[in-house]
Amino acid sequence: MLDFIVKRFFQGILVVFLVLTAVFFLMRLSGDPTTLFLPQDASREQIEAFQHQMGLDRPLYVQYGEFMGNAVQGDFGESLRTQQDALQSVLDRLPATFQLAAAALILALVIAIPLGVLSAYYRNSIFDRVAVGLTVIGQAIPTFWMGLLLIFLFAAQLKILPSGGAGTPIHMILPMLTLAFYSTARFTRFTRSAMLDVLQQDFIRTAKASGTPTFPLIMKYALKNSLIPIITLVALDLGELLGGAVITEIVFSWPGVGRLIEQALMTRDFPVVLAGVFIIALIYTVINFLADVIYAYVNPQIRVK
Amino acid sequence: MAESILEIKDLKIQFQNGKHIVQPIREVSFQIKAGQTVGIVGESGSGKSVTSLAVMGLLPDRISSIPSGEILFDGKELTKLKEKEWRKIRGNEISMIFQEPMTSLNPVFTIGQQLSEPLKRHRQLSNKEQKAAIIKVLKQVGIPRPEQIIHEYPHQLSGGMRQRVMISMALLCEPKLMIADEPTTALDVTIQAQILSLLKKITSKKDRSLMLITHDLGVVAEMCDWVVVMYAGVIVESAEVNELFDRPLHPYTRGLIQSLPSNNERKSKLYAIQGQVPKPEQVKQGCIFANRCPLAMEKCFQESPPAFQEDGHLSKCWLQSSDEGVVR
Repeated sequence: MLDFIVKRFFQGILVVFLVLTAVFFLMRLSGDPTTLFLPQDASREQIEAFQHQMGLDRPLYVQYGEFMGNAVQGDFGESLRTQQDALQSVLDRLPATFQLAAAALILALVIAIPLGVLSAYYRNSIFDRVAVGLTVIGQAIPTFWMGLLLIFLFAAQLKILPSGGAGTPIHMILPMLTLAFYSTARFTRFTRSAMLDVLQQDFIRTAKASGTPTFPLIMKYALKNSLIPIITLVALDLGELLGGAVITEIVFSWPGVGRLIEQALMTRDFPVVLAGVFIIALIYTVINFLADVIYAYVNPQIRVK
Repeated sequence: MAESILEIKDLKIQFQNGKHIVQPIREVSFQIKAGQTVGIVGESGSGKSVTSLAVMGLLPDRISSIPSGEILFDGKELTKLKEKEWRKIRGNEISMIFQEPMTSLNPVFTIGQQLSEPLKRHRQLSNKEQKAAIIKVLKQVGIPRPEQIIHEYPHQLSGGMRQRVMISMALLCEPKLMIADEPTTALDVTIQAQILSLLKKITSKKDRSLMLITHDLGVVAEMCDWVVVMYAGVIVESAEVNELFDRPLHPYTRGLIQSLPSNNERKSKLYAIQGQVPKPEQVKQGCIFANRCPLAMEKCFQESPPAFQEDGHLSKCWLQSSDEGVVR
């Protein structure tokens, strides 16, 4: 088990390194921030002075080397826009993103797992058909549209919930519902199909043949087997949620990482974008690592290897 | 004679999928006496497994039904039982050993956790007593170092070991009747012999009855007291084991016996019964075996033969009818 953890740890570092490298070069490909930060009629001298000040006049590999050297120490430079420490401004936004992601994930799991299990158990019943229909709708509606629909209904028409912003728990309800809607649909479908597969296995018949009643048969013997694929999906979705549910955060003006990165991208604020991507890559890596550990706990066949 | 522990009378089973109805079991009657091992023999598709699942109440509940017939277990009629009553019987009074030891154990629970299940459902034991009972039964089926095995997972055991675990699970609550559905089919030949001798040892004790489902007549000769030969959902012959091998009456049974390879006929061609078991929906009128029978007469295609019985030896074949003159 320790070998496994150490190996995964180094793989994680490699992933973060590669992601940063890729984003660094892609960002430079997207254009020079100079034109955005200086007025249209800036003189040649002003432009060169700015580029020199930002270090943009040096060869790319030198810039890359310096960036990586600083990044290892947690220094991503200052925001070109606000002159604040780039990493710090991303970290400041993290709690809001975490809150929203955690709330959405918990809501999705609480609804999706029982729904998926019941759907599989009562396969082809009316209940199952309605549930499957809803999951199709849930997956088909784009997030921004869902967000707008919820705003239209609860904020504009019923006027019971705020349409955006943050501060009180009430502000979280609509963005949370928007995010949870899609995840719930995905988790439900996955739970249902994983459960259907497991329920046909020989070992379920064996448990039945020992006189196991339905409830423990489903909730204990079948569900633990179904969890294995579900964990992967949850890890993937959680990565997406934490990486900043960009669109949802924009629609609801939620002050999270996703919205920050979107703004930074628009203004070619390189340091903030890179710091943001670094944090997201780190989060993804950590979540995948945790998923692997949970995997090993649930599936003994992985544990031994 | 001993009391019969299981008595199946005129059992019919049908599966329904929408308007499509099939009858995998058309007419089955036999009994198993206390302490007896009864072999159910037949090719794939003859209805052996469906019969055994009916005795366990494990037929797929949404599509299957038992339109007529009785299954009497220890005097109790099983076909009308509610799910809750079934649960008291399964794993407790009747237990089952399945064909596939590789997939019949749950991969994410330890052997100990899985073996404690029937005890949890049917016996009020403390954890300590449960563990002791499990270790005792694992020793009984010849599993080495049971104290460690109970903490291991199925994938850490070989096929033979897993089948021993399945047998120990079936034994745990000391059932009156055990059903073994092709218990050795998925195993290596050397392991097969071990498992069979283990089953034989287990059934030699007390009044333990075994319903052994197999397509292997060699296994039947080795293990059984009585044999029931099934074909397309019908019992075509049933007799005491020596009687059946010495004097097979039904052409199907004769074909099965002839199909057995024997050691001293190495180079000769293996005998095979031509054709396949008809699907339940294909059986129309006449004898179900007529289209594959080398001795079929005109009558066989028109009228289904009744059960002819002589000293307990039953055969469903017109050849046994006195009108036709006995051809043996």
